[in-house]
Amino acid sequence: MSQLALIIDLNVCVGCHACVTSCKEWNTSGWAGPLVDENPYDRDPTGTFFNRVQTYEVGEFPYTETVHFPKSCLHCEDPPCVPVCPTGASYKRPEDGIVLVDYDKCIGCLYCSWACPYGCREYDVQERVMTKCTLCVDRIYDVNLRASERKPACVLACPTSARLFGDVHDPTSEVSIMIREQGGYPLMPEWSTRPANHYLPRRRTQIRLHEDELIRADNPLKKEGVLPPPPPDQATLDEITTW
Amino acid sequence: MHPALSVIFFTTLMGAGQGLFLALYTAQLYAAVRILPWQASPTFYALGSLLALLLVLGGMAASFFHLGRPERSWRSAAMWRTSWLSREVVMLPVTAGLMVVYGGIHALGLDTTLFTIGGFIAVDLTILVGLVAAVAILGLFLSTAMIYASLRFLQEWHGPLTVLNFVLLGCASGFTLATAFASTLASGMAVFYTNWAVVLTAAALVTRGASLLVNGRRRPKSTLESAIGVRHPQIRQITQGAMGGSFNTREFFHHQSAMRVAATRWAFLVLVFPLPIALLITTEVSDNPGPAIAAFCLQFLGLLAERWSFFADARHPQNLYYQAIA
Repeated sequence: MSQLALIIDLNVCVGCHACVTSCKEWNTSGWAGPLVDENPYDRDPTGTFFNRVQTYEVGEFPYTETVHFPKSCLHCEDPPCVPVCPTGASYKRPEDGIVLVDYDKCIGCLYCSWACPYGCREYDVQERVMTKCTLCVDRIYDVNLRASERKPACVLACPTSARLFGDVHDPTSEVSIMIREQGGYPLMPEWSTRPANHYLPRRRTQIRLHEDELIRADNPLKKEGVLPPPPPDQATLDEITTW
Repeated sequence: MHPALSVIFFTTLMGAGQGLFLALYTAQLYAAVRILPWQASPTFYALGSLLALLLVLGGMAASFFHLGRPERSWRSAAMWRTSWLSREVVMLPVTAGLMVVYGGIHALGLDTTLFTIGGFIAVDLTILVGLVAAVAILGLFLSTAMIYASLRFLQEWHGPLTVLNFVLLGCASGFTLATAFASTLASGMAVFYTNWAVVLTAAALVTRGASLLVNGRRRPKSTLESAIGVRHPQIRQITQGAMGGSFNTREFFHHQSAMRVAATRWAFLVLVFPLPIALLITTEVSDNPGPAIAAFCLQFLGLLAERWSFFADARHPQNLYYQAIA
């Protein structure tokens, strides 16, 4: 059983919103019809977005750090939005773990959006059904695309490769190794929803130097430079030993 | 959470209808075991069932306004194994149907004594039908309340107090309506209902007050730290990623000032509990149905405020992600 997911590296994300626009572009021109925008060029614009980049400031000036935080559906392994759906429109695909909504079955009762602690569901006000991130399910299996392009639109758009896509159940996959070795973590672990998407933390690359690495033990007088040649009458190492 | 008018009317109307039916059945049961001196006329039960049915159907009509695609609502019974909303959809027509049967048997005079217990307690057909209907009503109450109580991260809703409140507030409203109904028909049952209505309203005050106290000192489990996974006590959102509003900013917050929320809370605390109790007590000494009708109307108005407050008090953890526009 595989579980496809995104890994988002907060250490690399620069907050450029390329994933947001790319997601919007791909999903608004897909088979499910446009992602609705209302008053896009007017006062109080609002619209449907499956992916957003948020920005947080951590700490107090001058010790602050800016964290850009892309947020989309986490495709939980234990999705609370699925069992509450009265019609079965909301479901989790057993073969690859993608959480999807059947737009033809949804009655728009909003109950699944109440049941998602992350606020990752988007109500389409014109179609009057619930929509959400599909992990570009209409793209990742498309054999007409080159193999390297069978990835979610957001992953392809990211200029810094802050987004990785893969199977988190396969322990040898790139994403699993990243989670394991780079400290990948899920959001709001307190609700035991087991999100498939993981985030890699902000981390600083630094070398730890120890005191004895700065002082050469074999040079106690701390004199650097080319040593003077030995006097001519002194036996050299070659004369003492035959090796 | 954003309090939707459709859901507010749905739950309050249904609660009153279900409570009224339980009131009718309680009286019939009391009379059957001879605690009440006489049995009310079949017309009383038939008209009462009709009123309860109309309230339930009114609530059902209101619920359709909450759906984006009401024409597909027939699909919503499918997932009764996992979804309390689906279970509610199943229980609703069952309850309404049993109300029709119960009221119909009374109205058409088809009620017969099936058997007697100890040669003294007559068990009528309607007693059995009413029993099934009462169980269905309790199941419907449970389903409605569990829709809210089952959402574990809406901590204000998640707990047995939510279920108790839905049942007791619905019954209080229904028994108050039964008092008004009985005193209007002058059927002599008014005193019986008054006592029950006062007791149930007082019980509802205890449980609803308890939920207010518990929620007042509740600390949310989720914080910005766990929401974005950065371990630091001071995190501030700079932008939520959108300049305008979104579904996330509309659906999960009440958008009212803290003062208005507090005012609504006080309004329902006065309208639902002390005022109806005072009015109900005055009906015990006079035959005038006016105070009882006023008690029901005020209490129902208060229950609308109570349900609004119930939604407004629930703090959804997703709001952590939507603190700042830009």
